[in-house]
Amino acid sequence: MAYSEKVLDHYENPRNVGSFGKEEEGIATGMVGAPACGDVMKLQIKVGKDGVIEDAKFKTYGCGSAIASSSLVTEWVKGKSLDEALAIKNTQIAEELALPPVKIHCSILAEDAIKAAVADYKKKQETV
Amino acid sequence: MLKLPIYLDYSATTPVDPRVAAKMIPYLTEHFGNPASRSHPFGWTAEKAVEEAREQVAALVNADPKDIIWTSGATESNNLAIKGAAHFYGETKGKHIVTVTTEHKAVLDTVKELERQGFEATYLEPQSNGLIDLDQFKVALRKDTVIASVMAVNNEIGVIQPIAELGELCRSNGTIFHVDAAQATGKMPLDLTQLKVDLMSFSAHKTYGPKGIGALYVRRKPRIRLEAQMHGGGHERGLRSGTLATHQIVGMGEAFRIAREEMATENERIRMLRDRLMKGLMDIEETYVNGDIERRVPHNLNISFNFVEGESLIMAIKDLAVSSGSACTSASLEPSYVLRALGRSDELAHSSIRFTLGRFTTEEEVDFTIKLLHDKIGKLRELSPLWEMHQDGIDLSTVQWAAH
Repeated sequence: MAYSEKVLDHYENPRNVGSFGKEEEGIATGMVGAPACGDVMKLQIKVGKDGVIEDAKFKTYGCGSAIASSSLVTEWVKGKSLDEALAIKNTQIAEELALPPVKIHCSILAEDAIKAAVADYKKKQETV
Repeated sequence: MLKLPIYLDYSATTPVDPRVAAKMIPYLTEHFGNPASRSHPFGWTAEKAVEEAREQVAALVNADPKDIIWTSGATESNNLAIKGAAHFYGETKGKHIVTVTTEHKAVLDTVKELERQGFEATYLEPQSNGLIDLDQFKVALRKDTVIASVMAVNNEIGVIQPIAELGELCRSNGTIFHVDAAQATGKMPLDLTQLKVDLMSFSAHKTYGPKGIGALYVRRKPRIRLEAQMHGGGHERGLRSGTLATHQIVGMGEAFRIAREEMATENERIRMLRDRLMKGLMDIEETYVNGDIERRVPHNLNISFNFVEGESLIMAIKDLAVSSGSACTSASLEPSYVLRALGRSDELAHSSIRFTLGRFTTEEEVDFTIKLLHDKIGKLRELSPLWEMHQDGIDLSTVQWAAH
Protein backbone atom coordinates (compact mmCIF):
# COMPACT_ATOMS: atom_id res chain seq x y z
CA MET A 1 0.00 0.00 0.00
CA ALA A 2 1.26 3.46 -0.80
CA TYR A 3 1.33 5.86 2.13
CA SER A 4 1.12 9.62 1.80
CA GLU A 5 4.19 11.75 2.52
CA LYS A 6 2.57 13.04 5.71
CA VAL A 7 1.80 9.56 7.04
CA LEU A 8 5.37 8.52 6.34
CA ASP A 9 6.72 11.63 8.03
CA HIS A 10 4.70 11.05 11.21
CA TYR A 11 5.53 7.35 11.13
CA GLU A 12 9.26 7.96 10.72
CA ASN A 13 9.36 10.88 13.15
CA PRO A 14 6.43 10.50 15.51
CA ARG A 15 5.77 13.63 17.62
CA ASN A 16 5.21 13.59 21.38
CA VAL A 17 5.77 9.89 21.99
CA GLY A 18 5.64 8.76 25.61
CA SER A 19 3.70 8.89 28.83
CA PHE A 20 3.43 11.47 31.60
CA GLY A 21 4.58 10.62 35.12
CA LYS A 22 1.77 9.12 37.16
CA GLU A 23 2.06 11.81 39.87
CA GLU A 24 1.95 14.80 37.52
CA GLU A 25 -1.03 17.09 37.92
CA GLY A 26 -3.77 17.67 35.37
CA ILE A 27 -3.13 14.45 33.47
CA ALA A 28 -5.92 12.56 31.78
CA THR A 29 -5.71 9.44 29.64
CA GLY A 30 -7.80 8.12 26.80
CA MET A 31 -7.21 4.54 25.71
CA VAL A 32 -9.21 3.31 22.73
CA GLY A 33 -9.18 0.35 20.36
CA ALA A 34 -8.42 -3.29 21.02
CA PRO A 35 -5.47 -5.54 20.24
CA ALA A 36 -7.81 -7.95 18.48
CA CYS A 37 -8.70 -5.24 15.98
CA GLY A 38 -5.05 -4.45 15.35
CA ASP A 39 -4.91 -1.00 16.93
CA VAL A 40 -4.80 0.52 20.39
CA MET A 41 -4.23 4.23 20.96
CA LYS A 42 -3.30 5.84 24.24
CA LEU A 43 -3.58 9.62 24.25
CA GLN A 44 -2.62 11.63 27.33
CA ILE A 45 -3.32 15.31 27.83
CA LYS A 46 -1.93 17.65 30.44
CA VAL A 47 -4.49 20.34 31.26
CA GLY A 48 -3.51 23.60 32.93
CA LYS A 49 -5.52 25.37 35.61
CA ASP A 50 -6.92 27.65 32.91
CA GLY A 51 -8.48 24.62 31.19
CA VAL A 52 -6.07 24.74 28.26
CA ILE A 53 -4.25 21.61 27.06
CA GLU A 54 -0.58 22.41 27.74
CA ASP A 55 0.94 19.19 26.51
CA ALA A 56 -0.01 15.85 25.00
CA LYS A 57 1.67 12.50 24.57
CA PHE A 58 0.72 9.28 22.80
CA LYS A 59 1.57 5.65 22.34
CA THR A 60 -0.02 3.63 19.58
CA TYR A 61 -0.07 -0.02 18.68
CA GLY A 62 -1.25 -0.16 15.10
CA CYS A 63 -0.50 0.40 11.46
CA GLY A 64 1.40 3.38 10.07
CA SER A 65 -1.82 5.35 9.56
CA ALA A 66 -2.88 4.76 13.17
CA ILE A 67 0.52 5.95 14.42
CA ALA A 68 0.38 9.01 12.17
CA SER A 69 -3.20 9.88 13.19
CA SER A 70 -2.37 9.85 16.88
CA SER A 71 0.92 11.68 16.38
CA LEU A 72 -0.92 14.41 14.47
CA VAL A 73 -3.61 14.68 17.14
CA THR A 74 -1.03 15.36 19.87
CA GLU A 75 0.15 18.36 17.85
CA TRP A 76 -3.36 19.60 17.19
CA VAL A 77 -4.72 19.48 20.75
CA LYS A 78 -1.84 21.43 22.27
CA GLY A 79 -2.89 24.97 23.16
CA LYS A 80 -6.56 24.18 22.69
CA SER A 81 -9.32 24.32 25.30
CA LEU A 82 -11.16 21.08 26.00
CA ASP A 83 -14.11 22.16 23.88
CA GLU A 84 -11.85 23.15 21.01
CA ALA A 85 -10.13 19.77 21.24
CA LEU A 86 -13.50 18.01 21.16
CA ALA A 87 -14.32 19.87 17.97
CA ILE A 88 -11.55 18.06 16.06
CA LYS A 89 -13.23 15.73 13.60
CA ASN A 90 -11.92 12.52 12.10
CA THR A 91 -12.54 13.90 8.62
CA GLN A 92 -10.01 16.68 9.28
CA ILE A 93 -7.44 14.12 10.38
CA ALA A 94 -8.12 11.90 7.36
CA GLU A 95 -7.88 14.87 5.04
CA GLU A 96 -4.65 16.20 6.54
CA LEU A 97 -2.97 12.79 6.26
CA ALA A 98 -4.63 11.85 2.94
CA LEU A 99 -5.77 8.53 4.39
CA PRO A 100 -7.19 6.02 1.91
CA PRO A 101 -10.74 4.73 2.57
CA VAL A 102 -9.52 1.50 4.25
CA LYS A 103 -7.64 3.61 6.80
CA ILE A 104 -10.46 5.97 7.77
CA HIS A 105 -11.00 3.92 10.94
CA CYS A 106 -7.56 5.14 12.14
CA SER A 107 -8.76 8.73 12.08
CA ILE A 108 -12.00 7.76 13.82
CA LEU A 109 -9.97 6.08 16.52
CA ALA A 110 -7.86 9.22 16.97
CA GLU A 111 -10.99 11.32 17.38
CA ASP A 112 -12.30 8.77 19.90
CA ALA A 113 -9.00 9.02 21.78
CA ILE A 114 -9.44 12.78 22.23
CA LYS A 115 -13.00 12.29 23.49
CA ALA A 116 -11.86 9.56 25.88
CA ALA A 117 -9.04 11.70 27.28
CA VAL A 118 -11.32 14.72 27.81
CA ALA A 119 -13.97 12.51 29.44
CA ASP A 120 -11.31 11.10 31.74
CA TYR A 121 -10.22 14.64 32.69
CA LYS A 122 -13.79 15.71 33.44
CA LYS A 123 -14.41 12.58 35.50
CA LYS A 124 -11.27 13.27 37.53
CA GLN A 125 -12.32 16.89 38.12
CA GLU A 126 -15.67 15.74 39.55
CA THR A 127 -14.03 13.42 42.05
CA VAL A 128 -11.48 16.00 43.24
CA MET B 1 28.01 -5.53 -1.17
CA LEU B 2 24.55 -6.06 0.28
CA LYS B 3 21.76 -5.48 -2.21
CA LEU B 4 18.47 -4.18 -0.81
CA PRO B 5 15.72 -5.18 -0.42
CA ILE B 6 16.69 -8.64 0.74
CA TYR B 7 14.50 -11.44 -0.56
CA LEU B 8 13.31 -13.64 2.30
CA ASP B 9 10.05 -14.80 0.78
CA TYR B 10 11.11 -18.03 -0.93
CA SER B 11 7.84 -19.72 0.04
CA ALA B 12 5.93 -17.19 -2.03
CA THR B 13 8.05 -17.94 -5.06
CA THR B 14 11.68 -18.56 -5.97
CA PRO B 15 13.80 -17.05 -8.72
CA VAL B 16 14.31 -19.37 -11.67
CA ASP B 17 17.74 -20.96 -11.29
CA PRO B 18 19.97 -19.64 -14.13
CA ARG B 19 20.70 -23.25 -15.14
CA VAL B 20 16.96 -23.81 -15.52
CA ALA B 21 16.45 -20.66 -17.58
CA ALA B 22 19.35 -21.60 -19.89
CA LYS B 23 17.84 -25.00 -20.52
CA MET B 24 14.38 -23.58 -21.27
CA ILE B 25 15.32 -21.01 -23.91
CA PRO B 26 16.02 -23.33 -26.88
CA TYR B 27 12.54 -24.79 -26.44
CA LEU B 28 11.00 -21.40 -27.10
CA THR B 29 12.88 -20.57 -30.28
CA GLU B 30 14.61 -23.59 -31.78
CA HIS B 31 12.78 -26.70 -30.57
CA PHE B 32 9.34 -25.14 -30.65
CA GLY B 33 7.46 -28.19 -31.90
CA ASN B 34 4.20 -29.43 -30.43
CA PRO B 35 4.96 -32.56 -28.41
CA ALA B 36 1.71 -34.02 -29.73
CA SER B 37 2.89 -33.77 -33.36
CA ARG B 38 3.74 -37.34 -34.26
CA SER B 39 4.51 -36.82 -37.93
CA HIS B 40 7.77 -34.84 -37.92
CA PRO B 41 11.02 -34.29 -36.01
CA PHE B 42 9.86 -30.97 -34.46
CA GLY B 43 7.22 -32.87 -32.53
CA TRP B 44 9.55 -35.76 -31.75
CA THR B 45 12.18 -33.46 -30.25
CA ALA B 46 9.63 -31.69 -28.07
CA GLU B 47 8.09 -34.98 -26.97
CA LYS B 48 11.51 -36.35 -26.04
CA ALA B 49 12.18 -33.28 -23.89
CA VAL B 50 8.78 -33.55 -22.19
CA GLU B 51 9.34 -37.21 -21.38
CA GLU B 52 12.83 -36.55 -20.06
CA ALA B 53 11.39 -33.85 -17.77
CA ARG B 54 8.68 -36.25 -16.65
CA GLU B 55 11.41 -38.67 -15.60
CA GLN B 56 13.24 -35.91 -13.71
CA VAL B 57 10.11 -34.87 -11.82
CA ALA B 58 9.29 -38.50 -11.03
CA ALA B 59 12.84 -39.15 -9.86
CA LEU B 60 12.67 -36.46 -7.18
CA VAL B 61 9.76 -38.25 -5.51
CA ASN B 62 10.75 -41.81 -6.52
CA ALA B 63 7.66 -42.31 -8.65
CA ASP B 64 7.00 -44.00 -11.96
CA PRO B 65 7.18 -41.30 -14.70
CA LYS B 66 3.94 -42.69 -16.16
CA ASP B 67 2.17 -41.50 -13.00
CA ILE B 68 3.04 -37.84 -13.58
CA ILE B 69 0.48 -35.54 -15.26
CA TRP B 70 1.43 -31.99 -16.32
CA THR B 71 -0.77 -29.15 -15.09
CA SER B 72 -0.48 -25.37 -14.85
CA GLY B 73 0.58 -25.46 -11.19
CA ALA B 74 -0.31 -26.73 -7.76
CA THR B 75 -3.67 -24.95 -7.68
CA GLU B 76 -4.81 -26.79 -10.78
CA SER B 77 -3.33 -30.05 -9.48
CA ASN B 78 -5.26 -29.68 -6.24
CA ASN B 79 -8.48 -28.97 -8.13
CA LEU B 80 -7.99 -31.90 -10.49
CA ALA B 81 -7.07 -34.30 -7.70
CA ILE B 82 -9.83 -33.45 -5.25
CA LYS B 83 -12.70 -32.71 -7.64
CA GLY B 84 -11.57 -35.43 -10.03
CA ALA B 85 -11.50 -38.16 -7.38
CA ALA B 86 -14.62 -36.93 -5.56
CA HIS B 87 -16.61 -36.90 -8.79
CA PHE B 88 -15.32 -40.27 -9.95
CA TYR B 89 -15.81 -42.14 -6.68
CA GLY B 90 -18.49 -40.04 -4.96
CA GLU B 91 -21.38 -42.19 -6.08
CA THR B 92 -19.76 -45.48 -5.07
CA LYS B 93 -17.54 -44.78 -2.06
CA GLY B 94 -19.44 -41.88 -0.54
CA LYS B 95 -19.58 -38.13 -0.31
CA HIS B 96 -17.47 -37.29 2.73
CA ILE B 97 -14.15 -35.42 2.56
CA VAL B 98 -11.55 -34.88 5.31
CA THR B 99 -9.08 -31.99 5.27
CA VAL B 100 -7.40 -29.57 7.69
CA THR B 101 -8.17 -25.92 8.50
CA THR B 102 -4.55 -24.91 7.81
CA GLU B 103 -4.51 -26.19 4.22
CA HIS B 104 -3.81 -23.83 1.34
CA LYS B 105 -6.83 -22.01 -0.07
CA ALA B 106 -6.50 -24.02 -3.28
CA VAL B 107 -7.53 -27.06 -1.24
CA LEU B 108 -10.00 -25.37 1.13
CA ASP B 109 -11.87 -23.53 -1.61
CA THR B 110 -12.01 -26.66 -3.75
CA VAL B 111 -13.52 -28.62 -0.85
CA LYS B 112 -15.99 -25.78 -0.24
CA GLU B 113 -17.06 -25.98 -3.87
CA LEU B 114 -17.66 -29.71 -3.46
CA GLU B 115 -19.76 -28.97 -0.37
CA ARG B 116 -21.93 -26.76 -2.57
CA GLN B 117 -22.28 -29.74 -4.90
CA GLY B 118 -23.60 -31.94 -2.11
CA PHE B 119 -20.46 -33.35 -0.52
CA GLU B 120 -19.90 -33.18 3.23
CA ALA B 121 -16.56 -32.08 4.69
CA THR B 122 -14.75 -32.38 8.00
CA TYR B 123 -12.13 -29.71 8.67
CA LEU B 124 -9.67 -30.90 11.31
CA GLU B 125 -8.07 -28.38 13.67
CA PRO B 126 -4.31 -28.83 14.05
CA GLN B 127 -2.65 -28.97 17.45
CA SER B 128 -0.99 -25.81 18.77
CA ASN B 129 2.28 -26.85 17.07
CA GLY B 130 0.53 -26.93 13.70
CA LEU B 131 0.60 -30.71 13.31
CA ILE B 132 -2.48 -32.84 13.04
CA ASP B 133 -3.20 -35.48 15.63
CA LEU B 134 -3.28 -39.01 14.17
CA ASP B 135 -6.03 -40.23 16.47
CA GLN B 136 -8.20 -37.27 15.61
CA PHE B 137 -7.62 -37.97 11.92
CA LYS B 138 -8.45 -41.64 12.36
CA VAL B 139 -11.74 -40.80 14.08
CA ALA B 140 -12.62 -38.35 11.31
CA LEU B 141 -12.31 -41.02 8.61
CA ARG B 142 -15.70 -42.59 7.93
CA LYS B 143 -16.88 -45.47 5.81
CA ASP B 144 -18.06 -42.97 3.22
CA THR B 145 -14.90 -40.80 3.27
CA VAL B 146 -14.00 -40.73 -0.39
CA ILE B 147 -10.89 -38.54 -0.17
CA ALA B 148 -8.66 -36.94 2.45
CA SER B 149 -6.35 -34.04 1.61
CA VAL B 150 -3.43 -32.98 3.81
CA MET B 151 -0.46 -30.87 2.75
CA ALA B 152 3.08 -32.19 3.24
CA VAL B 153 4.54 -28.85 4.32
CA ASN B 154 2.55 -25.84 5.48
CA ASN B 155 3.18 -22.71 3.45
CA GLU B 156 3.02 -20.29 6.41
CA ILE B 157 4.73 -22.12 9.23
CA GLY B 158 6.71 -24.81 7.38
CA VAL B 159 5.66 -27.73 9.58
CA ILE B 160 5.79 -31.23 8.09
CA GLN B 161 2.57 -33.22 8.50
CA PRO B 162 2.90 -36.96 9.22
CA ILE B 163 1.86 -38.00 5.70
CA ALA B 164 3.34 -41.53 5.96
CA GLU B 165 1.11 -42.36 8.94
CA LEU B 166 -1.90 -40.56 7.48
CA GLY B 167 -1.45 -42.52 4.26
CA GLU B 168 -1.59 -45.84 6.14
CA LEU B 169 -4.81 -44.77 7.86
CA CYS B 170 -6.39 -43.75 4.57
CA ARG B 171 -5.32 -46.89 2.75
CA SER B 172 -6.78 -49.19 5.40
CA ASN B 173 -10.02 -47.18 5.28
CA GLY B 174 -10.25 -47.33 1.49
CA THR B 175 -9.99 -43.55 1.33
CA ILE B 176 -8.04 -41.84 -1.44
CA PHE B 177 -5.20 -39.76 0.02
CA HIS B 178 -4.17 -36.50 -1.67
CA VAL B 179 -1.11 -34.54 -0.59
CA ASP B 180 -0.30 -30.98 -1.67
CA ALA B 181 3.49 -31.07 -1.88
CA ALA B 182 4.01 -27.62 -3.41
CA GLN B 183 6.11 -26.49 -0.43
CA ALA B 184 7.87 -29.82 0.06
CA THR B 185 9.81 -30.56 -3.12
CA GLY B 186 13.52 -30.02 -2.70
CA LYS B 187 13.02 -29.34 0.99
CA MET B 188 12.53 -32.88 2.27
CA PRO B 189 12.85 -36.39 0.84
CA LEU B 190 9.64 -37.82 -0.65
CA ASP B 191 9.46 -41.47 -1.67
CA LEU B 192 6.23 -42.48 -3.35
CA THR B 193 7.23 -46.15 -3.41
CA GLN B 194 7.00 -46.01 0.39
CA LEU B 195 4.29 -43.42 1.03
CA LYS B 196 0.68 -44.54 0.74
CA VAL B 197 -0.17 -41.41 -1.18
CA ASP B 198 -2.53 -41.71 -4.15
CA LEU B 199 -2.39 -38.17 -5.49
CA MET B 200 0.34 -35.57 -5.00
CA SER B 201 0.42 -31.97 -6.26
CA PHE B 202 3.61 -30.21 -7.37
CA SER B 203 4.57 -26.73 -8.41
CA ALA B 204 7.71 -25.70 -10.31
CA HIS B 205 8.08 -22.11 -9.11
CA LYS B 206 8.52 -22.97 -5.44
CA THR B 207 11.59 -25.02 -6.39
CA TYR B 208 13.52 -22.65 -8.68
CA GLY B 209 11.49 -23.49 -11.78
CA PRO B 210 9.21 -21.24 -13.83
CA LYS B 211 5.70 -20.12 -12.83
CA GLY B 212 2.74 -21.53 -14.69
CA ILE B 213 3.74 -25.18 -14.62
CA GLY B 214 3.07 -27.96 -12.16
CA ALA B 215 2.27 -31.62 -12.02
CA LEU B 216 -0.03 -34.13 -10.41
CA TYR B 217 1.09 -37.58 -9.41
CA VAL B 218 -1.75 -40.04 -10.06
CA ARG B 219 -1.00 -43.52 -8.74
CA ARG B 220 -1.63 -46.45 -11.07
CA LYS B 221 -0.81 -49.27 -8.63
CA PRO B 222 -3.39 -49.44 -7.11
CA ARG B 223 -5.03 -47.46 -9.86
CA ILE B 224 -6.64 -44.16 -9.00
CA ARG B 225 -9.10 -42.79 -11.52
CA LEU B 226 -10.12 -39.18 -11.89
CA GLU B 227 -12.80 -37.31 -13.75
CA ALA B 228 -11.02 -34.81 -16.01
CA GLN B 229 -11.69 -31.12 -15.31
CA MET B 230 -10.27 -29.88 -18.61
CA HIS B 231 -11.57 -31.46 -21.79
CA GLY B 232 -10.01 -31.34 -25.22
CA GLY B 233 -7.45 -33.30 -27.14
CA GLY B 234 -7.10 -36.09 -24.60
CA HIS B 235 -3.56 -35.21 -23.60
CA GLU B 236 -2.02 -36.63 -20.42
CA ARG B 237 -3.93 -39.92 -20.37
CA GLY B 238 -7.11 -37.94 -20.99
CA LEU B 239 -6.82 -36.37 -17.55
CA ARG B 240 -5.68 -32.93 -18.62
CA SER B 241 -6.15 -31.76 -22.17
CA GLY B 242 -4.28 -28.85 -23.63
CA THR B 243 -1.07 -28.45 -25.63
CA LEU B 244 1.91 -29.11 -23.41
CA ALA B 245 4.07 -26.08 -22.63
CA THR B 246 7.35 -27.69 -23.59
CA HIS B 247 9.66 -24.93 -22.36
CA GLN B 248 7.88 -24.74 -18.99
CA ILE B 249 7.98 -28.50 -18.63
CA VAL B 250 11.68 -28.60 -19.49
CA GLY B 251 12.23 -25.93 -16.84
CA MET B 252 10.35 -27.87 -14.20
CA GLY B 253 12.29 -31.03 -15.06
CA GLU B 254 15.64 -29.28 -14.80
CA ALA B 255 14.61 -27.56 -11.54
CA PHE B 256 13.59 -30.87 -10.00
CA ARG B 257 16.79 -32.56 -11.26
CA ILE B 258 18.86 -29.89 -9.52
CA ALA B 259 16.72 -30.19 -6.39
CA ARG B 260 17.30 -33.93 -6.25
CA GLU B 261 21.04 -33.66 -6.72
CA GLU B 262 21.66 -30.71 -4.42
CA MET B 263 18.95 -31.03 -1.78
CA ALA B 264 21.06 -32.69 0.90
CA THR B 265 23.88 -30.15 0.92
CA GLU B 266 21.68 -27.15 0.16
CA ASN B 267 19.29 -27.89 3.00
CA GLU B 268 22.11 -28.16 5.52
CA ARG B 269 23.39 -24.74 4.49
CA ILE B 270 19.90 -23.24 4.69
CA ARG B 271 19.27 -24.87 8.05
CA MET B 272 22.44 -23.29 9.40
CA LEU B 273 21.31 -19.86 8.19
CA ARG B 274 17.78 -20.32 9.52
CA ASP B 275 19.11 -21.35 12.92
CA ARG B 276 21.42 -18.33 12.93
CA LEU B 277 18.44 -16.10 12.14
CA MET B 278 16.30 -17.75 14.81
CA LYS B 279 18.99 -17.41 17.45
CA GLY B 280 19.50 -13.76 16.57
CA LEU B 281 15.80 -12.92 16.69
CA MET B 282 14.96 -14.93 19.79
CA ASP B 283 17.35 -12.64 21.67
CA ILE B 284 14.54 -10.09 21.43
CA GLU B 285 12.18 -10.33 24.41
CA GLU B 286 8.66 -11.65 23.93
CA THR B 287 9.21 -13.33 20.59
CA TYR B 288 7.54 -16.63 19.77
CA VAL B 289 8.18 -19.17 17.03
CA ASN B 290 4.93 -20.28 15.39
CA GLY B 291 4.70 -23.99 14.62
CA ASP B 292 6.78 -26.96 15.65
CA ILE B 293 10.48 -26.19 15.31
CA GLU B 294 11.69 -29.80 14.95
CA ARG B 295 9.19 -31.16 12.46
CA ARG B 296 9.69 -28.34 10.03
CA VAL B 297 11.52 -27.66 6.78
CA PRO B 298 14.82 -25.83 7.27
CA HIS B 299 13.73 -22.91 5.09
CA ASN B 300 10.98 -21.52 7.26
CA LEU B 301 10.98 -19.29 10.31
CA ASN B 302 7.66 -17.81 11.40
CA ILE B 303 7.96 -15.54 14.41
CA SER B 304 5.55 -13.35 16.34
CA PHE B 305 6.89 -10.18 17.94
CA ASN B 306 4.51 -9.51 20.78
CA PHE B 307 3.10 -6.00 21.33
CA VAL B 308 4.07 -4.83 17.84
CA GLU B 309 1.47 -4.52 15.11
CA GLY B 310 2.17 -6.42 11.90
CA GLU B 311 1.57 -3.77 9.30
CA SER B 312 3.67 -1.13 11.03
CA LEU B 313 6.38 -3.75 11.41
CA ILE B 314 6.29 -4.55 7.69
CA MET B 315 6.55 -0.81 7.06
CA ALA B 316 9.54 -0.57 9.39
CA ILE B 317 11.40 -3.39 7.67
CA LYS B 318 10.85 -2.35 4.10
CA ASP B 319 14.43 -3.39 3.32
CA LEU B 320 13.24 -6.98 3.68
CA ALA B 321 10.86 -8.82 1.35
CA VAL B 322 8.92 -10.97 3.82
CA SER B 323 5.32 -12.03 4.43
CA SER B 324 3.17 -10.90 7.32
CA GLY B 325 0.66 -13.04 9.15
CA SER B 326 -1.44 -9.94 9.43
CA ALA B 327 -3.77 -9.57 6.51
CA CYS B 328 -4.14 -5.85 7.22
CA THR B 329 -1.98 -5.25 4.19
CA SER B 330 -4.76 -6.69 2.05
CA ALA B 331 -7.20 -4.19 3.57
CA SER B 332 -8.92 -6.69 5.81
CA LEU B 333 -8.42 -6.81 9.55
CA GLU B 334 -8.37 -10.59 9.72
CA PRO B 335 -5.12 -12.07 10.98
CA SER B 336 -3.70 -15.21 9.41
CA TYR B 337 -6.20 -18.09 9.53
CA VAL B 338 -3.32 -20.51 9.92
CA LEU B 339 -2.00 -18.82 13.06
CA ARG B 340 -5.52 -18.45 14.45
CA ALA B 341 -5.98 -22.20 13.92
CA LEU B 342 -2.93 -22.80 16.13
CA GLY B 343 -4.76 -20.97 18.89
CA ARG B 344 -2.50 -17.93 18.72
CA SER B 345 -4.05 -14.78 20.18
CA ASP B 346 -5.05 -12.06 17.75
CA GLU B 347 -2.14 -9.89 18.88
CA LEU B 348 0.42 -12.61 18.22
CA ALA B 349 -1.19 -13.56 14.93
CA HIS B 350 -1.17 -9.90 13.86
CA SER B 351 2.49 -9.46 14.76
CA SER B 352 3.92 -12.45 12.94
CA ILE B 353 6.47 -12.40 10.16
CA ARG B 354 7.27 -15.31 7.88
CA PHE B 355 10.93 -15.45 6.88
CA THR B 356 11.61 -18.05 4.20
CA LEU B 357 15.19 -18.63 3.14
CA GLY B 358 16.48 -20.22 -0.02
CA ARG B 359 19.23 -21.08 -2.45
CA PHE B 360 20.59 -17.56 -2.76
CA THR B 361 20.31 -16.40 0.87
CA THR B 362 23.65 -15.37 2.40
CA GLU B 363 24.99 -15.11 5.92
CA GLU B 364 25.46 -11.36 5.41
CA GLU B 365 21.76 -11.01 4.59
CA VAL B 366 20.79 -12.94 7.70
CA ASP B 367 22.99 -10.76 9.91
CA PHE B 368 21.56 -7.58 8.39
CA THR B 369 18.06 -8.93 9.07
CA ILE B 370 18.83 -9.65 12.72
CA LYS B 371 20.21 -6.17 13.31
CA LEU B 372 17.34 -4.47 11.51
CA LEU B 373 14.73 -6.35 13.53
CA HIS B 374 16.45 -5.53 16.81
CA ASP B 375 16.41 -1.81 15.95
CA LYS B 376 12.87 -1.64 14.61
CA ILE B 377 11.20 -3.83 17.23
CA GLY B 378 12.79 -1.63 19.86
CA LYS B 379 11.51 1.51 18.18
CA LEU B 380 7.96 0.20 17.72
CA ARG B 381 7.77 -1.05 21.28
CA GLU B 382 8.73 2.42 22.52
CA LEU B 383 5.59 3.49 20.68
CA SER B 384 3.39 0.65 21.90
CA PRO B 385 0.97 1.17 24.79
CA LEU B 386 0.66 -2.62 25.02
CA TRP B 387 4.39 -2.98 25.61
CA GLU B 388 4.20 -0.29 28.28
CA MET B 389 1.35 -2.13 30.02
CA HIS B 390 3.28 -5.38 29.80
CA GLN B 391 6.32 -3.69 31.35
CA ASP B 392 4.06 -2.45 34.16
CA GLY B 393 3.06 -6.04 34.83
CA ILE B 394 -0.47 -5.79 33.45
CA ASP B 395 -1.88 -9.01 32.00
CA LEU B 396 -3.41 -7.84 28.72
CA SER B 397 -5.83 -10.74 28.56
CA THR B 398 -7.61 -9.34 31.64
CA VAL B 399 -8.09 -5.86 30.17
CA GLN B 400 -11.58 -4.84 29.05
CA TRP B 401 -11.02 -3.29 25.62
CA ALA B 402 -13.39 -0.81 24.13
CA ALA B 403 -13.91 -2.71 20.88
CA HIS B 404 -14.59 -0.61 17.82
